Amino acid sequence: MSAPTSMVIIGAGQTGARTAHALRENGWDGAISLLGNEGIAPYDRPPLSKGVLLGHKTAAQCALYEDAFYRDNHIDLRPDARVKAIDRAARSVTLATGESVPFHRLLIATGAEPRRLAIRGASLNGVHYLRTLPDSLAIVDRLAPGQRIAIIGAGFIGLEIAATAITRGCEVVVIEAAARALMRAVPEVVAGYLVDQHRTKGVDLRFATQVDAILGESRVTGLKLSNGTTIACDTVVIGIGVTPRTALAEAAGIDVADGIAVDDTLRTNDSHIFAAGDVCSFPHRLFRRRIRLECWRNAEDHARVVARNMLEYGETYSAVPWFWSDQYDMSIQIAGMPAFGSTSVLRETGASSRVFFALDGDGVMVGASGVGVISEIAKDVRIAQELIARRAIVPATVLADRSVKLKSLLAAEAV
Amino acid sequence: MAETANIKWVVACSVDDIDEEDVMRFDHGDATFAIYRLEKGFHASDGFCTHEQAHLADGFVINGEIECPLHQGRFDIKTGQPRNPPVCIKLRTHPVRVEGDDVLLGIADSEGPGQS
Repeated sequence: MSAPTSMVIIGAGQTGARTAHALRENGWDGAISLLGNEGIAPYDRPPLSKGVLLGHKTAAQCALYEDAFYRDNHIDLRPDARVKAIDRAARSVTLATGESVPFHRLLIATGAEPRRLAIRGASLNGVHYLRTLPDSLAIVDRLAPGQRIAIIGAGFIGLEIAATAITRGCEVVVIEAAARALMRAVPEVVAGYLVDQHRTKGVDLRFATQVDAILGESRVTGLKLSNGTTIACDTVVIGIGVTPRTALAEAAGIDVADGIAVDDTLRTNDSHIFAAGDVCSFPHRLFRRRIRLECWRNAEDHARVVARNMLEYGETYSAVPWFWSDQYDMSIQIAGMPAFGSTSVLRETGASSRVFFALDGDGVMVGASGVGVISEIAKDVRIAQELIARRAIVPATVLADRSVKLKSLLAAEAV
Repeated sequence: MAETANIKWVVACSVDDIDEEDVMRFDHGDATFAIYRLEKGFHASDGFCTHEQAHLADGFVINGEIECPLHQGRFDIKTGQPRNPPVCIKLRTHPVRVEGDDVLLGIADSEGPGQS
């Protein structure tokens, strides 16, 4: 039996598509199968909660590549391939149709799916989640002036939808079970600053509040809260986090630990199988722990590295996480893992722009969160990303001093 | 850019306005440009990223490349070649020369505003 010469990728999202591209760029000339199940070619997800909802971007404009790209690069894109199982012994993937697709190396890039809220009324018409293009287009139709939109969850998705809905003239209430917004992503001071901006724009945010039930006969009419109050609304959008899609891996006996557990080269406990993007958790040398990231930059960076490692380059993944969000005319940029910090240092970079540095107990910079005008935050956050990569220790007084150019610290820190 | 085009030279800034390994925005007429200072001299390109509307001058200069502040796509500063996703369209570059303390930007007459 000759060895299979195909690279197989399960999941035709950003990680999957970019990996296919990177395999070609790195000289792989064997077959590549890109197996998706959303029925359409890979697309960019960030606009789904921003440009698409605002009506600034069409569905077609979200495509990651033109159709010709897959043809020209001989990438067998199958947007309707339902993968039933991974057969590790046979080194093949079994589709729902019974077809078997052999692999030389397999990448699992199945992403994550919205966590469902298990309460009464959760399946009524008018209850939405946001993960896919159809999800986004369904919500767009609801964002008409005067519509009352209730958002459950004050994470990035919830806050971005809130910003868009207010901008489109809706009435917006956000209900969050935790004591504050963005609990897992940023320190309290950063979340507080953002929430203030939302309240100024007219968003009604309520924390430490549970939703007991979604009310309505066939369509949503309101929410019943745990404190006994009822809120009337026309649409509910639930954004309470995501769960990595690990079922296929688990069924195949691949290790899972808050996502498919890979090593720092993104390889699973099966040497022929890799995982990348939202679905995997990986050890990060800078933070000295296993992390799982759900963002665009991570998908890009993982794709680049995993493609090379599927070709046995054996590269360690150690990029400093980087994330952005757009709300109103504000940009939010985050480098590193601000939530891992124990102290926060504020640098006022403009009239309404702030960068918050997160330092750990040893004074090592582990994160930076910028909020405000992009020209007043982007450079500082980007330089912080470099400082975080070097585990730099910078005195708080220096970080807080606007007159000190952060770039000068890079030269001082240079090794 | 076509060598035959008439080039109009305008003073963009003075040499000391830009730190080494940094970038500055320069607006002229309806167009916006980015002026770069590398270890070995000055360079210029259109001011906006070719991917989405972002001023490259808000970006980060690293290893002879300019990284967009929006999504961290990168271009080679000297050639304008895209270096990593999401950017895939070449960035238009412009000639620069230094006269005394002045950094002059060469804008070809045949070129439209530097907007993507």
